[in-house]
Amino acid sequence: MSNILEVQNVVKQYGDYTALNNVSLQVPKGSIYGLLGPNGAGKTSLIRIINQITMPDSGVVLLDGEKLKPEHVQYIGYMPEERGLYKTMKVGEQCLYLAQLKGMPEAEAKKQLKYWFEKLEIQGWWDKKIQELSKGMAQKIQFVVTVLHNPKLLILDEPFSGFDPVNANLIKDEIIELNKKGTSVIFSTHRMESVEEMCDYIALIHKSNKLIEGKLEDVKRQHRTNTFQVGIVTNNIEGLMLQLTHKFTLNQTNFKSLNDDLKLEVHLGQYNSNELLSILTQFGQVTHFVEKIPSVNDIFIQTVSQ
Amino acid sequence: MSVLSLIIKREFIAKVRNKSFIVMTFLGPLLIVGMTFFIAYLSSVNKGEVKTIGVHDRASVFVNDFKDSEDIKYVNLSSLSYDKAKDSSSNAFEGLIYVPEVKNIEELATKTTYISDDSPKMDFLMALQRTIDAKLNKENLEKLGFNSDTIEKAKIKSEVQFAKFSGEDGLKFLNEIKIAIGFAFGYLIMMFIIIYGNMVMRSVIEEKTNRIIEIIISSVKPFKLMMGKIIGTSLAGILQFLIWIVLGGAIMIGASFFMGGNQEAIATSQITAEQAEVATNFMDQIHLYMNEIPVASILISFVVFFIGGYFLYSSFYAAIGAAVDSETDSQQFLMPIIMPLMLAVYVGFLTVMNDPHGTVAVVFSLIPLTSPIVMLMRIPFGVPLWQLALSVVLLYGTFIFVVWFAAKIYRVGILMYGKKPTWKELYKWLKY
Repeated sequence: MSNILEVQNVVKQYGDYTALNNVSLQVPKGSIYGLLGPNGAGKTSLIRIINQITMPDSGVVLLDGEKLKPEHVQYIGYMPEERGLYKTMKVGEQCLYLAQLKGMPEAEAKKQLKYWFEKLEIQGWWDKKIQELSKGMAQKIQFVVTVLHNPKLLILDEPFSGFDPVNANLIKDEIIELNKKGTSVIFSTHRMESVEEMCDYIALIHKSNKLIEGKLEDVKRQHRTNTFQVGIVTNNIEGLMLQLTHKFTLNQTNFKSLNDDLKLEVHLGQYNSNELLSILTQFGQVTHFVEKIPSVNDIFIQTVSQ
Repeated sequence: MSVLSLIIKREFIAKVRNKSFIVMTFLGPLLIVGMTFFIAYLSSVNKGEVKTIGVHDRASVFVNDFKDSEDIKYVNLSSLSYDKAKDSSSNAFEGLIYVPEVKNIEELATKTTYISDDSPKMDFLMALQRTIDAKLNKENLEKLGFNSDTIEKAKIKSEVQFAKFSGEDGLKFLNEIKIAIGFAFGYLIMMFIIIYGNMVMRSVIEEKTNRIIEIIISSVKPFKLMMGKIIGTSLAGILQFLIWIVLGGAIMIGASFFMGGNQEAIATSQITAEQAEVATNFMDQIHLYMNEIPVASILISFVVFFIGGYFLYSSFYAAIGAAVDSETDSQQFLMPIIMPLMLAVYVGFLTVMNDPHGTVAVVFSLIPLTSPIVMLMRIPFGVPLWQLALSVVLLYGTFIFVVWFAAKIYRVGILMYGKKPTWKELYKWLKY
């Protein structure tokens, strides 16, 4: 699969402060790509470079294999974290204006706008001013403005911040639908649950450097800790514990279960899971045996605090 | 449509649709005309008041020379004693002119006293002194054996004619008219810069506070956005000025017709031959003056300097708007912009009037920040071509530099929120 976006060795400095230190990324076509990092990591700096708002000091950005040039703005839909609209401008005019700025002809913009207004059931808003709309309504318009010109690449900086749950869900569904139709999406966020749910790929930026990049499963595989959650119903707890502590490190844990069982978190260390299982089966009935997969949140915290 | 013209169009429409813009456009001329007539009315009310002034002149030196006028009445109190005259004047009259009895009439030149609790009006005082001067002069001459009537007859009042070396007739008051024209245009430019420069700044700040700016500049270059804003706003401004001129003119004509019609019962429909002649003479006069004043070069340079000056200053305004978060924060940066404008007007007023081609006037008409105003004040007097050319080149050169500079500040500033920048930080932004 080819890449919709490639960032190669990008460096950006503001005075003495380095915002991006030799960062490279590959965003595959058709993926939903999570760009993670704590506040001030350099995410927004990178996104602004991709949007040609600022220029990198060195390094190259390729969009669909081509070096970034001014015409590329029409292929990108960008929803910044700091977002808003002209308060005194009418909704319809505003959307048309912003679409035309992206290089879309007026007639086509009108057609698209009609499509989206019908889809989100907001046909009656054309002549309203933004200041007359509620915050949730304005957010819908904000999303329409971002996707109106059929971008190949959507860049959403903290897309769900400020959205109420109903709208957030609606927008999420729309994003997934667009993605299915072939739009690639870059998410910049520190809300991990949405990453877990939606992203195929992730990259982690911390203190101006990229620390992790790859397919979500691959990243998780790399960060597996060889830990299993175990539940067992036994009447010889002491014997079991003796056996286990001999080989493994144990931790208390908790999970939902219908049985009155012993719940443990076991670090395998140098041994494999079958060895653990064979010990367990000697002492009673195993009711729970699951590898503990690191969540994106765990990976994030673990990597950042290293 | 190109991106730039899209932005210009939006800015123009946004300005023109703005309620305060509409109100100001149509109310502005009414306010100004109303104010003019209000002031005229006030001064006419003032005129109606008649002041009474007592005169105590035992020797009857001046008493016959004080003639009642429209607003001053004199009452001869010479028959009373000085104290009585003073008392009654201070009670009933505006003041008392006291002419003491002296041996030598010349002493009156310094001994005549005007007694009043209110300080006298300037023109009344001048008239009083003129009357005394004339009387004493006449007395003196007669004492020396001259017949004052003969001398009066022998007096000659000169009237110097104006001419040019080329042989044409010159015109009087030409300088005054030139000064008026120069000032009108210079002042117009200053007003336009301040009003519409501020508008540009406000519109930049609005985009910042609305947080739409980042969406816009992910589609267009900040430089284009800035230029579009400046041009769009100035077009709206020009439209407003045109409406003002048309509307103001119409109201002025209408109002003066109305006022005039009230005074002289409407006989205006029948214009007498004499009136017609006066009118044609007047038109001829205007025509003569028009020939003397370089109308074409004034208009052309107005456009050239207007565009240069307005763009120069609005770029500053745009940069300031980008650097701050709210209008209140803009004050410290606005001072250095207003200063040269004020300086230009004052320098123009003080130097161009006295000596349109003096060193100070020439220098200030070359400095780009003051040249749009000072040069326009000088142009009616005829400016050497090389100075004009140099001034234009300097103005547009600076304009390009300032736009470049402003665009840099603008580019960085529009994405900066939260803190009020210092001059030092602005300097740092230039290097990003």
